[in-house]
Amino acid sequence: MNDFRVTKPKFFATTKKGENYELRADLNSEYRDRRKDAIKKVIANMTVGKDVSGLFPEVLKNMQTEDLEQKKLVYLYLMNYAKTQPELVILAVNTFVKDTDDINPLIRALAIRTMGCIRVEKIIDYLCEPLRKCLKDDNPYVRKTAAICVAKLYDLNPELATENGFVAVLQDMVSDANPMVVANAVTALAEINEASTTKDIFVINTPTLTKLLVALNECTEWGRIAILTALADYRPSDSKEAEHIVERVIPQFQHVNGSVVLSAIKVVMIYMRIIKTDEMLRQLVRKMAPPLVTLLASAPEVQYVALRNINLILQKRSDILQNEIRVFFCKYNDPPYVKLEKLEIMIKLANDKNVDQLLSELKEYASEVDVDFVRKSVRAIGQCAIKIDEASERCINVLLDLINTKVNYVVQEAIIVIKDIFRKYPNNYEGIIPTLCQNLEVLDEPEAKASLIWIIGEYAERIENADELLVTFLDTFRDENSQVQLQLVTATVKLFLKKPQATQNIVWRLLQIATSECDNPDIRDRAYVYWRLLSTDPQAAKAVVLSDRPVISVQGNTLSGPLLEELINNISTLASVYHKPPETFLGRGRFGADAVQRRAIEEQEEASRESPIQAQVKTNIENLLDLDFNDNSATPTSNTPPSSSKSTNATANVDDLLDLFGGSNMNNDLSTPLQSSSSNNHQNNGLTNDLVSLF
Amino acid sequence: MISAFFIYNQKGEVLISRLYRQDLKRSVADIFRIQVISNTDVRSPIITLGSTSFFHVRHDNLYIVAVTKCNANAALVFEFCYRLVNIGKAYFGKFDEEAVKNNFVLIYELLDEVLDFGYPQNSETETLKMYITTEGVKSQRAVKEDSSKITIQATGATSWRRSDIKYRKNEAFIDVIESVNLLMSTKGTTLRADVSGQIMMRAYLSGTPECKFGLNDKLLLEKDTSHRGLSQRRTNAVEIDDCQFHQCVKLGKFDSDRTISFVPPDGEFELMRYRTTENVNLPFRVHPVVNEIGKSRVEYRVTVKANFSPKLIANNVVIRIPTPLNTASINIRVTAGRARYVPAENSIVWKLPRFQGQSEATLSGEAELSSMTVKKAWSRPPISMDFQVLMFTSSGLLVRFLKVFEKSNYTSVKWVRYMTKAGSYQIRVRKFFIIKFSY
Repeated sequence: MNDFRVTKPKFFATTKKGENYELRADLNSEYRDRRKDAIKKVIANMTVGKDVSGLFPEVLKNMQTEDLEQKKLVYLYLMNYAKTQPELVILAVNTFVKDTDDINPLIRALAIRTMGCIRVEKIIDYLCEPLRKCLKDDNPYVRKTAAICVAKLYDLNPELATENGFVAVLQDMVSDANPMVVANAVTALAEINEASTTKDIFVINTPTLTKLLVALNECTEWGRIAILTALADYRPSDSKEAEHIVERVIPQFQHVNGSVVLSAIKVVMIYMRIIKTDEMLRQLVRKMAPPLVTLLASAPEVQYVALRNINLILQKRSDILQNEIRVFFCKYNDPPYVKLEKLEIMIKLANDKNVDQLLSELKEYASEVDVDFVRKSVRAIGQCAIKIDEASERCINVLLDLINTKVNYVVQEAIIVIKDIFRKYPNNYEGIIPTLCQNLEVLDEPEAKASLIWIIGEYAERIENADELLVTFLDTFRDENSQVQLQLVTATVKLFLKKPQATQNIVWRLLQIATSECDNPDIRDRAYVYWRLLSTDPQAAKAVVLSDRPVISVQGNTLSGPLLEELINNISTLASVYHKPPETFLGRGRFGADAVQRRAIEEQEEASRESPIQAQVKTNIENLLDLDFNDNSATPTSNTPPSSSKSTNATANVDDLLDLFGGSNMNNDLSTPLQSSSSNNHQNNGLTNDLVSLF
Repeated sequence: MISAFFIYNQKGEVLISRLYRQDLKRSVADIFRIQVISNTDVRSPIITLGSTSFFHVRHDNLYIVAVTKCNANAALVFEFCYRLVNIGKAYFGKFDEEAVKNNFVLIYELLDEVLDFGYPQNSETETLKMYITTEGVKSQRAVKEDSSKITIQATGATSWRRSDIKYRKNEAFIDVIESVNLLMSTKGTTLRADVSGQIMMRAYLSGTPECKFGLNDKLLLEKDTSHRGLSQRRTNAVEIDDCQFHQCVKLGKFDSDRTISFVPPDGEFELMRYRTTENVNLPFRVHPVVNEIGKSRVEYRVTVKANFSPKLIANNVVIRIPTPLNTASINIRVTAGRARYVPAENSIVWKLPRFQGQSEATLSGEAELSSMTVKKAWSRPPISMDFQVLMFTSSGLLVRFLKVFEKSNYTSVKWVRYMTKAGSYQIRVRKFFIIKFSY
């Protein structure tokens, strides 16, 4: 193979001033080799982004040549700069038209291919005749090139393409004898259909369907994808027809190109909605599994696309890879994006039979170096516990082992997930609380801290030194993250309600700091709500603050039904990789560099928001925040100017409020609206009224 | 579909830039450089900014990048990028910065041919070589044959084969190459063991030969045995989990009765790939014992046993045993082969040029560790192995027959070879690095 390597002059060598001047001279040289080298140099400059449009007339002169390579280079130049010199392009037309009559089909095809790419109005008028001829060419290579050219013309001038009957010719070409012509006609029609306003350009009927199914087995891999994509858009009339087509599609599962396999899977997944025969459905599910597994042996990027799609397919057909969890185990040298996707899928496939294996695997991952992967592995352990009741104890044990490693971020992550496990299985594992509390000092991430504080508050009655643990935070309260502050307020109130003796002082101090020194309205208001509640009716406070928690489950990484169906229609595409409908990432019109930059920032923010696991954490936090309200509506402050503005005045009256602690005869309409999920406004009004009535 | 195609070097300089559609500007190349090449923390092979998506693949010292503005078929774009790398390798022997710079004209020609308006066209290397040639070495075929023949063939149903091939001696060589993948847990249980096989064929056959190819495929043989009652065959049969075929194999026929029939391309090609997971014969067993003695010493004792017939020999056996990052010096003894400590790889590399079946080799040694001021995170990589065993298949797969049918009815000679090599052959080792505290 090496004999193809030829040493050549260095076209990318650094350049001096007046280079275009020298090139111009060379392009006009009387020697052929010199001219050709100059053209190459021009192309090299074009590649690195230098402006060589000024050489247009000189390059154009070299178009008429017997040398095919040189001709291709000039064409390449033309495609780039035609727009800058629309007047001069006309000079090229003659050569193009002549070339479309050449005896060599390669040259005919080259001419028609290039003409279609020169997007200058004046050229288009000259394009129609040659194109008409090429569409009827004897040679299939020319025909398949002309087919794509119709799509190019349509993109430029839809009326012209339709009026000249090119679109109709394309529709006939679907019945061409040559498979590649069929494939390109399908490709062009699909593109035109997408761009058209009427969307009726490409309609598959029974005769074309037969043609497509025949061509499917004969054309190139890329052609197969075009045909499979067209089939995916076709709606079979009944279950029988769907079964018939699916039977013709299934052999493509054995294709060596992973994208053909995924396109075939897409057709099958879509047609399974129509197929009614149970036996057939079972058979399809069985046949789909091996090719999906095989995709995991492809290049990592293809694997990534496959894994994102498997994630979708599993949400629709959870039984498909039930016994295959081991193929998703991460290899040490898998790229991070593959590892994270495999983790997601492993959690989806986890059940009581494979959970032991999975846990020892996850424990293994938790000792790798990639912090992000390690954290997600630990999180996965927590998700197993929540998903599989029988395994929760084993999960807890694994997490304890991990906490004992003392690796800082592992410990923090483990504590975050243990909080969720406590939530799911209350009063089962309090035995491990002392171990957790030993790690209180090493926690430096807000989420981990907040989680442990939540646990302390939740089990305050069983933790002897709960008050001591919480007191340590009082001095640093102002410096804590708001997430931690919120949890501290709630946990302290829980502590007080559970052990009223000896903790009164702590609660008082904390609420005072939270109401008087805290800038964050969320925290201040929550403190006020508690304060008010405690002072009004401790029994009601108990009922509210210590009420039963709603059950949690592994949500977050499942998509809603309609979205899932839409994404299945988009298997193998970008939409299936992002798990978002196409219109969310395809804007209309072009973007300038600034807009791109701005979107990039938005995108990043969105990505961090959208990341499934993070999203789940977020909902968990929200659950925590909203625990006492039993309601998902936003935190009280979000639309409460009245209460926030009052609060500054209210701080002066802290003592007054404190007096109310023992319970007073004030109307206690607060506890009721809080317990029932009434609107924010109602609560706020209630609160403000109460505050006002205090003075 | 694909709106633009770029090739960059490692520094982010554009080596090849080809636009296929007018929906973006050449300067879009800068955005990729800023967002991906200059960014140290890229965690996805696809990046979407606004409505522009960049798909990238790395090969050697190159970034191969496809840009789209639509909801593109992501799997297709990546497969295509890899196809382009393979075409490059077939043309230039190597596809790296130097090859791209030296052949940029040819690469532009290829890009013009394999993508039209962003849609992939014919990308079969053998066909492309017929009409896209380097200026120095004009393909002799291209001169001899007129282009209409080439073009008809390039688009036809057997685009991979010319019709007028003649050989004095008709021969076909079949190579069965298996990569065995192993993941063994710290407890010595097999987490994953599977075989990905490849059947390579070199066909030097005249005319348009119809070939039929037979394996000891369990599904196929079971069908047979139900007729003939040959129960003995069944025990030798292999259960193939999944397989993929070269373009030339009639997929419909395989789906209906599992026969593999095809008209082969001329010369070398990959006939099929397959995957098996049942009854995998692991050619090597590894028993690692790693003990930490105090904080300054680690003892190794790694025994490797060959699990295949004593008549066979494994070649180029390499075992890589990772060492802690703070290893100061290592003292190793081996019963066979040579072992040395490679600090750059943080591992002991143990090479055995020949390893006879059923034999055993042991490495023992100690690593002295330097004391560390800062404890660095180090996840202990698994022990990995490399090897080749000739005339052995881990899956037990055998070629039963290759029949060639041609109009002229010539006789042909067929040769079969088998080889098993290591895919990702990894044995995990207990983490001793983590210091445990107990309360």
